[in-house]
Amino acid sequence: MKVESRLLVGVALFFLVTGVGYWFWSYEQSGTVMLIGAVLLGMVPGGYYLWWSQRMKPRPEDRPDGTLEEGAGVIGAFPGSSIWPFVMAMGLFSCALAAVFGLWLLAPGFAAVFFAAIGYTVESRRGGTV
Amino acid sequence: MTLLQQRPPAGAGDHPEHAEHHDEPTFIVKWLTSTDHKVIGINYMVTAIVMFYLSGVMALAMRVQLSSPSGVGMSLQTYNELFTMHGSLMLYLFAGPFAFGGLANYIVPMQVGAPDMAFPRLNAFSYWLYLTGSITMLLGFLTSTGAAAFGWVAYAPLSTSTYSPGPGADLWIISLFLTGFSAVFTGVNLVATIFYLRAPGMTMWRMPIFTWNMLVTALLILIAFPVLTAAMVFLWTDRHLGTHIYTVAGGGVPVLYQNLFWFFGHPEVYILALPYFGIATEIIPVFSRKPVFGYKGLVFATLAIAALSTGVWAHHMFTTGTVLLPFFSLLSLLIAVPTGVKFFNWIGTMWRGQISFKTPMLFCVGFLLAFLMGGLTGVMLASPPIDFATHDTYFVVAHFHQVLFGTAVFAGFAGFYFWYPKMFGRMLHDGLGKAHFWTMFVGFWLTYLPQYVLGLHGMPRRIATYPSGLGWTALNMASTVGSFIIGASFLIMLVNLWVSWRRPVPAGDNPWDGHALEWFASSPPVHHNFEKLPPIRSERPTWDFNHPDARTIPHGRHAEHELVGAGASAARGDDTTGA
Amino acid sequence: MPDPRHDAGRGRRHADDAGRRSRRRRRLAAAGAAALPLVLAGCKLPTFYGYRGRTSQAHDEFLLFAGTVIAAIVVGAITGALILWSVFRYRRRSDAIPRQFQYHIPLEIFYTAVPIVIVLVLFGFTVYTENKVDNIAPNPAVTVKVTAFQWGWRFDYTNQHVFVTGVREDNPDPVGLGGKTCVASAPTPNDCLGPALVLPTRETVRIVLVSNDVVHGFYVPQFNFNRYALPGHTNRFDFNISHSGIYRGQCNQLCGLYHSQMFFHVVALPPAQFDAWVTGTQPQPDNASLGSTGASTTGASTTGASTTGASTTGTSTTGTSTTGTSTTGASTTGTSTTGTSTTGTSTTGTSTTGTAPPTATTSS
Repeated sequence: MKVESRLLVGVALFFLVTGVGYWFWSYEQSGTVMLIGAVLLGMVPGGYYLWWSQRMKPRPEDRPDGTLEEGAGVIGAFPGSSIWPFVMAMGLFSCALAAVFGLWLLAPGFAAVFFAAIGYTVESRRGGTV
Repeated sequence: MTLLQQRPPAGAGDHPEHAEHHDEPTFIVKWLTSTDHKVIGINYMVTAIVMFYLSGVMALAMRVQLSSPSGVGMSLQTYNELFTMHGSLMLYLFAGPFAFGGLANYIVPMQVGAPDMAFPRLNAFSYWLYLTGSITMLLGFLTSTGAAAFGWVAYAPLSTSTYSPGPGADLWIISLFLTGFSAVFTGVNLVATIFYLRAPGMTMWRMPIFTWNMLVTALLILIAFPVLTAAMVFLWTDRHLGTHIYTVAGGGVPVLYQNLFWFFGHPEVYILALPYFGIATEIIPVFSRKPVFGYKGLVFATLAIAALSTGVWAHHMFTTGTVLLPFFSLLSLLIAVPTGVKFFNWIGTMWRGQISFKTPMLFCVGFLLAFLMGGLTGVMLASPPIDFATHDTYFVVAHFHQVLFGTAVFAGFAGFYFWYPKMFGRMLHDGLGKAHFWTMFVGFWLTYLPQYVLGLHGMPRRIATYPSGLGWTALNMASTVGSFIIGASFLIMLVNLWVSWRRPVPAGDNPWDGHALEWFASSPPVHHNFEKLPPIRSERPTWDFNHPDARTIPHGRHAEHELVGAGASAARGDDTTGA
Repeated sequence: MPDPRHDAGRGRRHADDAGRRSRRRRRLAAAGAAALPLVLAGCKLPTFYGYRGRTSQAHDEFLLFAGTVIAAIVVGAITGALILWSVFRYRRRSDAIPRQFQYHIPLEIFYTAVPIVIVLVLFGFTVYTENKVDNIAPNPAVTVKVTAFQWGWRFDYTNQHVFVTGVREDNPDPVGLGGKTCVASAPTPNDCLGPALVLPTRETVRIVLVSNDVVHGFYVPQFNFNRYALPGHTNRFDFNISHSGIYRGQCNQLCGLYHSQMFFHVVALPPAQFDAWVTGTQPQPDNASLGSTGASTTGASTTGASTTGASTTGTSTTGTSTTGTSTTGASTTGTSTTGTSTTGTSTTGTSTTGTAPPTATTSS
């Protein structure tokens, strides 16, 4: 976790320095706002990882001497196949086209997204831990 | 439906139980429902290559039009649509998705020893968004007013409803919503996979460079794509809801669009380039039979490129007269430093190696030469006065085609030839592959070198016709001929695919004597990738497993004999020809 | 301000630090040191397909361009040679496994540091040239407000109350030097496309650049310069034209359907002839007293010929009419033939006789 958190915090620090420098050199607003956004993007997950990395032991994949036996056991749940991503994407596709071809396309779009959301949830419950 | 995935055991393998092996879905159902990263990766690649061919045909049509000053009768509107779609397809729908949607999807989980991506269904969802986004963009051609015709950058106010009415432009915009979200989801998925699903012993500092580059690319995506989506939302509201964000009339600022777009657009260039650097860094060591030279330096160079790339967006805006020239010029020039480091690392990897020139390696060398030229002209363009002379001319066109063709096509197809045996368990014909390379290589230089000269002689971009008598005709003709040679090379690739499909030559698990974990799996890999894993003690576990007595010389033992130490090296007898 | 000898000297000292492998590098640094004064010496450099530039700003840009090309060739040759050397020298000749070395810290520091030095030197030259190119003189001799629109140009000589406008490919141009004269004196007939931006040489010319609609690009290749014409934002820059002559110009930023045809050309005249040209197109005194709009209207009638010139070539001229004469223009363009017969003949006659004969020579 250490390297990962440092990577993200590093992203935040870099943009902090660049953003401050950019603002006081140019006083240009849009670029500064975007650079601040990038600071947050690094800081939020980076801070989370940093917090955890100080409270947990290095995982087997963090240690150069980690062995495969240490990692034995359940990794997680990986659904083998699912139709719901496709249904949800088609729903969003329909919603997106509504922006061009008319709002009536929102109806099938929302319906598909709704069913897909239910489908996802049910599938996850049946499948166990996700 | 769901498998609680167990770690594969170390060493010699037994088959772990796979819950769904007994009910493999049939072809179309499998295609629609699969959440396997390998299937999705191949879907991505097939779609991206289709986009590449379509876009290439558009490029050829444009080159035909430009072969003579007054053209061949193509209407201006058609020409404008073609270059808009050519750019959009290549940049949004081919180069990015081919690498971080296709190859990353397929290769990254294998290289870190994971059974799948962290969020398999989100992964499938990303692909479907990408596919629908691609269809949306192409739908523009079917509308009565034609596809979008404002260039792939869609500068406001040209892209507002006053100057670009019609559904083609709207389809273009929502296509970027869809593919933008697809890219963000894939980015999240890749980061989570790399952070949480590495096999024990696969520390961050043992990840192959390809995976590192994909991680950095994913971070860049997360930084850049939301800004693009925001810019597109503003554009859409300007077009339809009567806002005036980019229009002067209502107090808006047209340059804001350029700022937002390029804050996305320049990282996007590296989103397109970094994965391909990763591919080259994966291939060159394998065919040189050496570890990658300066591994940590390469990782830091990648990080430096990514960091700098987000601070240089306005170097596309030097000629707007609204940006801080020295800041952006300095950062743009500094990108040359980590890029140079990469070059020397690649050279250092080949140095004193045993390089075999199979097709993938040949493409990589082509990539090095193409990208060298593109990179050097890029350094020139980072200098505002030179940009004043060449901005929006064919000099820039030649520059970014050399960079993007050099990376996305040369390195991209290097990766394609390299990993095809892994994906399909059969080889591509090496002779045809080499014919593909040499045809493309010749066509590449013939196409783009004349364009540099054209640009310096003052030929602007995106013009459908040009005055005769200015000395441009012959150069344009040469460029057109070159582009058709490139086109021919891709027919050779199709032949190659057909041959490999009809007369399969089994590849075996590890045809190239590969380094990273994916070469430890079978070809094609089983459902959750690995039946067994080797111990991971360096960034190339498969090589270590196959060549236990040829491990990387540990860091710090470099001093006694190095590049200069011809005597020491020859004395060891590992350099067959002396120095 | 970058002193080439100093920078080269820094490069040389750096090369010395890098140990015994640096002999080749040192020779290159010496070559760089030799190249840089050459760059500053200027005119004997090969052009590398670029233009030497017809303004002092363009010439500064050319020197930077040529110097950068030389540096790029040197760097590219070294890197390319290293790539090709590795490729040919280390082809696989046996199944032996080569030494598996991975790190060489001094070498890595060396090839990180050298590019930093190169880049910083280049940045120094860049800032130096950029300041000269972007410099705004306090008192320009002539100020021209350039307005770009879909798909043409309007050049307002704000102090002289004269303007020229034209759309798309007026071929050959009906104002400025007059069609036939321009074609006779320009390097090629196609250098005369579009309206003429008549400027004096050897004086500081201020261009004030705006756009009426979308983003356009004001681009004169021989001036090694382009700048966006932005709606809602005014750009200012100076030219000091060194050679009289005719220089083609074109919009280089995609601006819609007829982007390919949005030409103009610069007619650079010696100051005396420029003044004569201005006098020749000067509005009547009673109109001039109407203020700027009144004067512009006169100017519009003067140069209405360019509008009609466009319509004779069969292109639509609505853009011109809006910018030219504010309201009546639309109807004028509707009847393009009458426009030509009334305003066209008289005014082109004026400008042609005023200026054309002395400028029959192109630049040298």
